[in-house]
Amino acid sequence: MAETVIPTRIQHKDIVIDQRKISRDMATRRAGKIGLIIEPIVGYFFLWAPILLLVIFSFNNSRSVATWHGFTLQWYNNIFNNLVGGDTTFSTALMLNSLGNSLLVAGVATTIATIIGTMVALSLVRGNYPGKQYIDGLLFLPVVIPEITQAVSLLIFFSVIFDFVNKTTGAVATPGFGTIIIGHVAFNISYVAIVVRARLADMNPRYEEAARDLGANEWRTFWRVTFPLILPGIVSGGLLAFTLSLDDFVITFFNSGPGTTTLPVFVYGLLKLTVTPEINAISTLILIASTLLIGISIAMQGRNAASAA
Amino acid sequence: MAFSLDFSSSGGHSAREKTRGRVLSIPAVVWLVTFFILPLIIVIVVSFMTRGSNGTIVLPLTLEHYQRIFGPIYFPVFLKSIWISLITTILCLLAGYPLAFFISTRKSKRAQNLALFLVILPFWTNFLVRTYAWRMILGTEGTINESLMNLHIITQPLQLLNTQFAVLIGLIYGELPFMILPIYTSVERFDFRLVEAAHDLGANDWRAFWRVVVPLTFPGVLAGCILVFIPSIGAFITPDLLGGTQGLMIGNLINQQFHGTGNWPLGAAASVVMMGIVMVGLLVYARVGRRG
Repeated sequence: MAETVIPTRIQHKDIVIDQRKISRDMATRRAGKIGLIIEPIVGYFFLWAPILLLVIFSFNNSRSVATWHGFTLQWYNNIFNNLVGGDTTFSTALMLNSLGNSLLVAGVATTIATIIGTMVALSLVRGNYPGKQYIDGLLFLPVVIPEITQAVSLLIFFSVIFDFVNKTTGAVATPGFGTIIIGHVAFNISYVAIVVRARLADMNPRYEEAARDLGANEWRTFWRVTFPLILPGIVSGGLLAFTLSLDDFVITFFNSGPGTTTLPVFVYGLLKLTVTPEINAISTLILIASTLLIGISIAMQGRNAASAA
Repeated sequence: MAFSLDFSSSGGHSAREKTRGRVLSIPAVVWLVTFFILPLIIVIVVSFMTRGSNGTIVLPLTLEHYQRIFGPIYFPVFLKSIWISLITTILCLLAGYPLAFFISTRKSKRAQNLALFLVILPFWTNFLVRTYAWRMILGTEGTINESLMNLHIITQPLQLLNTQFAVLIGLIYGELPFMILPIYTSVERFDFRLVEAAHDLGANDWRAFWRVVVPLTFPGVLAGCILVFIPSIGAFITPDLLGGTQGLMIGNLINQQFHGTGNWPLGAAASVVMMGIVMVGLLVYARVGRRG
């Protein structure tokens, strides 16, 4: 005997309005809305306050980092005219020398990494051969292995090699610009490859096909079509590498030798000692320099996106 | 599709072209194998060797350094580093998720880009300088202490610098953008009509958030967590400049072996264990990611 259940008409009395549940839901919504206004304010304040305080107090006419005593350029004057007193190991000559070292290291490392990184990006996007995924994995490693592990492993590696060279040939090798540059190139290749790859993937391959159809060989197609189109990507990858190299402390700290102190290593020596307005001034200058570099890199990527289609 | 370096579809030259594609990758592969993979292998070998008389590395092979790492002096530092990194990751997630949500729900593309840019810009500046800023803020004569004393809220400066708290603040400050960016990417892709659908089906905001928004933005959360955890566990500058003796982490231990007392094999072993922790983190990421 099959009995079918006939749905009864819903009566008005069946509809229960749970007033408490509704007000609870409304409260949740209000709390969420207020949270989404307050949290970003706190978040942006947290991200920006330290940097702004640092910059503001580099112009403060006092050693205080809490109260404002009027505007001065004295601290900037001090660092450029070797007037920093106290127990610091500061000297203008040392600072400028380490800046020069930084630019040399970053310049050479960026040049090598940009060439090698662009080549491997081209190979991965345009080439078609077995084992590509292993190269992918290899490029991924420097991004995920902690910096200090890279630094330590390079230090031990070079020491073993130098030891071996010394025992077999009698030549004495020491860490210096060479070891720093090799380390910087090793982590920069990945970053250049990532940026150039993105640019290549966005690029319309029909331009290259057209060049081939018009009789250009591979070499000519690359230099006349591909290269100009991916140039903004190469430049922004290079600028990224330059900035990373200029900012690097850990790998340089472990692999530099006497006389090859870079700016971050020099600044680290000062930071460890004390807080002074002069360090605020140097920090502000470093902030301005890296912001400018990144600004140019981002502008390049903007042009990138505009001309990629 | 016929790429200039890919003749796979047009026959004839295919073998030559494919080889050429491979040739372009050789410099990168050689460089990374020689100066990245080989050094990592050497570190593993050295971690099993003995420290010689004047800081040299000699045979025989030994497990001594690993025994010391898992012994009473060093093991607590490892546990504390893992603990600090986990707390950093959780706090970055709590602070970063709403912020990423805020950025990706701006109405115009311009406002969105500006909101995003304001997160990225501070983290493009030099890491040492950003960490130094916190030394300035938290120090005994720093911004917080002096301000509180000027306001007569405290009479004695608080010990803020050289504490675990300072390390935590510094790490969150340094890694927060790495949490925000991947979450932003996944929230931006999220179709908000799904929330409307959940509401129509009777879910309130809370339920819609946990049952619809969170599962669909989970890949971003996971990527953010791994991107914060790895640099935190490997941190060296932050605990060094902000932590003092209270905030010692693995990075400081390793540094001591290479710049201070100088037991290289012990430092190598500590690096190997640190890599192990990173690998575990990556495995968890791959596992959870596949299931999600």
